[in-house]
Formats: sequence, structure tokens, C-alpha cells
Amino acid sequence: MKILVCITHVPDTTSKINFVENNTKFDSTGVQYIIGPYDDYALARAVELKEAQGASVTVLNVGLAETEPTLRKALAIGADDAVRVNSEPTDSFFVATQIAEQAKGFDLVLMGRESIDFNGGVVHSMVGEILGLPSFSPVMKLEIEGSNVKMAREIEGGKEYLESSLPLIAGCQEPIAEWKIPNMRGIMSARTKPLKVVEPKIIEQPTHIQKFELPSPKGTVKMISADHVEELVMLLKTEAKVL
Amino acid sequence: MAVLVFVESADGKIRKTCLEAVAYAHTMGGPVIAIALGTVDQIELEALGKYGAGKVLHTSDERLNQPLAKAYAAVLSKAMEDENTDYLVLANSSLGIPVAAQVSVRLKASLATNVVELPDTGSGFVVKRSIYTGKAFSRVELKNPRKVIAIKKNAAELKEVGDKVTVTNYPAILSDADFNAKITSTEKATGEVLLPEAEIVVSGGRGMKGPENWGMLEELARTLHAATGCSKPVSDMGWRPHHEHVGQTGVKVAPQLYIAVGISGAIQHLAGVNSSKYIVVINKDPDAPFFKAADYGIVGDAFDVIPKLTAAIKAAK
Repeated sequence: MKILVCITHVPDTTSKINFVENNTKFDSTGVQYIIGPYDDYALARAVELKEAQGASVTVLNVGLAETEPTLRKALAIGADDAVRVNSEPTDSFFVATQIAEQAKGFDLVLMGRESIDFNGGVVHSMVGEILGLPSFSPVMKLEIEGSNVKMAREIEGGKEYLESSLPLIAGCQEPIAEWKIPNMRGIMSARTKPLKVVEPKIIEQPTHIQKFELPSPKGTVKMISADHVEELVMLLKTEAKVL
Repeated sequence: MAVLVFVESADGKIRKTCLEAVAYAHTMGGPVIAIALGTVDQIELEALGKYGAGKVLHTSDERLNQPLAKAYAAVLSKAMEDENTDYLVLANSSLGIPVAAQVSVRLKASLATNVVELPDTGSGFVVKRSIYTGKAFSRVELKNPRKVIAIKKNAAELKEVGDKVTVTNYPAILSDADFNAKITSTEKATGEVLLPEAEIVVSGGRGMKGPENWGMLEELARTLHAATGCSKPVSDMGWRPHHEHVGQTGVKVAPQLYIAVGISGAIQHLAGVNSSKYIVVINKDPDAPFFKAADYGIVGDAFDVIPKLTAAIKAAK
């Protein structure tokens, strides 16, 4: 079985978000980059499948050269080889187009349910539609028996269990697998695993980000004594008007 | 600009975020055509007129009672062509998002999910999206003639603007290939308020000490007609089901009121609640970082404060 895992290279979840160049560019000063947390679940599931039933795992990122350490980390976790599509990921359909170009011949394409920077949550479904393959998200459980795939998908207030067949695309989330931490042997071997750089397919991008904004700052908190909770109830009624 | 709105239903009832989608489309200005798929109560469909739908289409094909994104996308794409609409508005839900993505590829439409405000059409067609898990926004131009917009909860205000409308049957042409999976079963919390749609959320963290203590939070939630949520450690330890986990990698909520009990307020948790209108934090540690993100705070022991709060709310009713 051939598995393709698509990962994003995103600011650590504790990063402070700021913008520069007249609010048109993300300020990466002092920001640590990581494999997207949802993508990390997808990668962990791929490596589990490889260990349990044998598979090759290719990891893919659409990004500039700065994302290569993130791809190397995925190789250290257990992917066999890596592909970097040499372009900034500026639009969901653009990214989906690049993944679809690289995904031919794979039995299973896994990625996170969404990136934690742009939160689009649509790339997996777009890849599926471009390739004419089934796509499902957010998938929290995925088992493969032959070509049959059993999944659980998280829905509002519950779960949906479904069955489909390979090849397919899945957008993953917890608890599909446990995150894996690379060990020393993995880190050493990752250095020499193949990492191929390909140029993107040029398309007209359907969206364009004009600028970024930060939310307006929060006012100060009003503290209420634990002995007078009725004051809180009053404030919620008369000031916030939410009760 | 005629707008097609996909309205989702659960147990025959239209979901509230989808009523907001109708209101959003109405405020955009053009005639609004709502479409519902599968079995839905007729009264619910007629009532869509109140929120601004001028026309309601219903595809009652029973195969659509299995909410598969591919089949839904097939019907909606065809409806956009038949009704000659360039806009599709739907809710940012576990069904709405994949449907939006597939329709956008089929019809070469520009797509934006997580949209929080009405579009700005001053120059081009620009929507405001929530990004970095609620920590920032982007203004995105949708450049293609056709546009698909998935709105977040509270992107539009619900108000009654019209009267009931008659419902038109819209037959769908579906092939077996449109059903590319089989839903074998669904597990759903019943008779409770759904967390992603709740106007009030009561959430508990590690400070609750164990699953056996959730009764008092549930009682508070019942009193407020609220949904219950929890922090990531709580769902990781199995105290509460995963679908109640609020945060960066869990459910993102946008209620009018979020009450956090015994949650310290890690940045990953805040990412899931920062769209809430008002936040109340109850924690025995006065230095808990969550107080900085709160509107109202109480320093105190959950086991002392919660029953008192529940009683005070009952007394004030």
C-alpha cells in the first residue's frame, strides 16, 4: 500500500500572532514552526499502518525551502521519502491542485482536517473532487481491511461510522492515532532519506488575501466575590444581557 | 444576485446556523432560494420564508437521508445551475464544509469557509474570515464569478423579515456513483443542546477532579439551557467524550456566554473559545491565565461556587 501524507508547516500553537508590511504578511519573528497538529495525527496513523500491515509513506508539503526541516521531522517520525512543491501555499484550491498532481498512484491520502493557520478545512475534499475519489473529514478512526476502509467521522454532538473503499482521501483529527515523537535512530536516518523538490503547476488562484487583522483587545475582567455569586447573575442579566 | 442557501436538518428540524445562513443571504440583498435535502418537516421548510427565503426547494429523495457530501454536492451544483445563481451560502459544519469544497471544484467557484461577516462589495467581493484559530482575521477577495461562502455561527443576526413560503419539489438526478460511502451508524447525544450551536456553554477542566463531579456542571447547564464542554486533558483522560472537547484541536464554540470552571486557560483552550461574546471564569487559582481573557471572574472553589451559582440563577428566574 502506498500512503501519501500531506503536512502543513505552521506556527506553534502557543505563538503570538502578529502581522507586518501594512498587515499583509505574517510576522515570523521568534515563531517556532511545527508540523500542523492535525497533520501530525495523519502522519502518526500512516506510520502505524506501515508498522502493522506494511506500506510506504511519502510525506508532502507545499511550501518554500524554509519548510524542509519540518519535512525532515516527518521523515524522522517514520515517513520514507518526502516531496516539497516549491511554492507558498496561498490558496486552498491552489494547494489542492498541487496535491492532486502528486497523489496519482497512491492508495490512501491522509492530511489534517485543517491547517491551524488559515483554518480552511477544505483541501482534502477538493483533492478528492479533482481526482474523482471519495474524501472524508474530520476522520477520528480509520481501519483498513483489504480495500475496505472503516471510518468514524466527528459530527456535531457525536460520531458517524462509515465504510468506503480505497483509494480515498481523509482529513484526520484526534484520536485517530497517538502523536509520535522521533527517536535518535529516526532523526539520524531522516538526514539521508530522499527529499524531492518539484515546481508547482501554475493556475489562476480563485482567492486573494488582501490583508490581515487582529481582534480588538479585551477589556479588563470584573472580579466578583465567591460569597456573592448573585452579583454575577445580576451582571449577566443587566450588563451583558445574556441571561 | 440570487443566492442559493443549503439548509441542513437534524431529525427533520432545520439547524439554527442554517437559519443564520438564510438571514445572511437575505442581508446580501438578492432573492434567496433555500434548498433542503432528505426528509424534513414541511412546517420547518415553510418557515424559512420568515428569515428571508423567497423560494424553498426540497429534494425529498430518501437516499439523501444518508448525509454524504458527494451526493449533496451533486444536487447543490445542479441546483445552482438550474436556478441560475452565482452564490451558495451554507453553514460551517461537518457536512457544510466538505459540501462547499466539492461544489467549488465542480463549478470553479471561489470558496471561503469560516466567514464571520457580511461581504464587502465596495470594490470586488471581499469576505472576512476567522484564521489562526480565532486569533486573527483575513480579508479575502473571491475572484471567480461563482462564489461559495461557509459562515460561522453568529455571522448574521436572526430576525423575522417575511412570511411563510410554499415549498417546491426539486427532483434530483443521482447515480450510484454519487453515493461513494455507506453510513453504517450514527452516535448522537440526544435531548441535549448541541455544543457547536449552543448560546450558553458550561465547561469543566481538571479542577473538577474527576468525571463523578460532572453532575453539578450538568445541573448548572440544565438551569441555563446550556451545552456542556470540557478542556483537552479532561477528554484525553476519558472523563468526558471527545466531542465535548473545546479548544485548538477540538470544537470551536461561539456562544453568547461561556462559563469555564476549573480550567486554567492554556492558549490552546482559549483558541476554541475566543469567539464567545462573554466569558465567565471560575477558578480557585487567582493567577490562572484564563482570568486575563475573561469578562467576569470568581476566585473560588468550584465545589462551593457552582451549587451557589445554580441556586442564584434559579432564584433570579
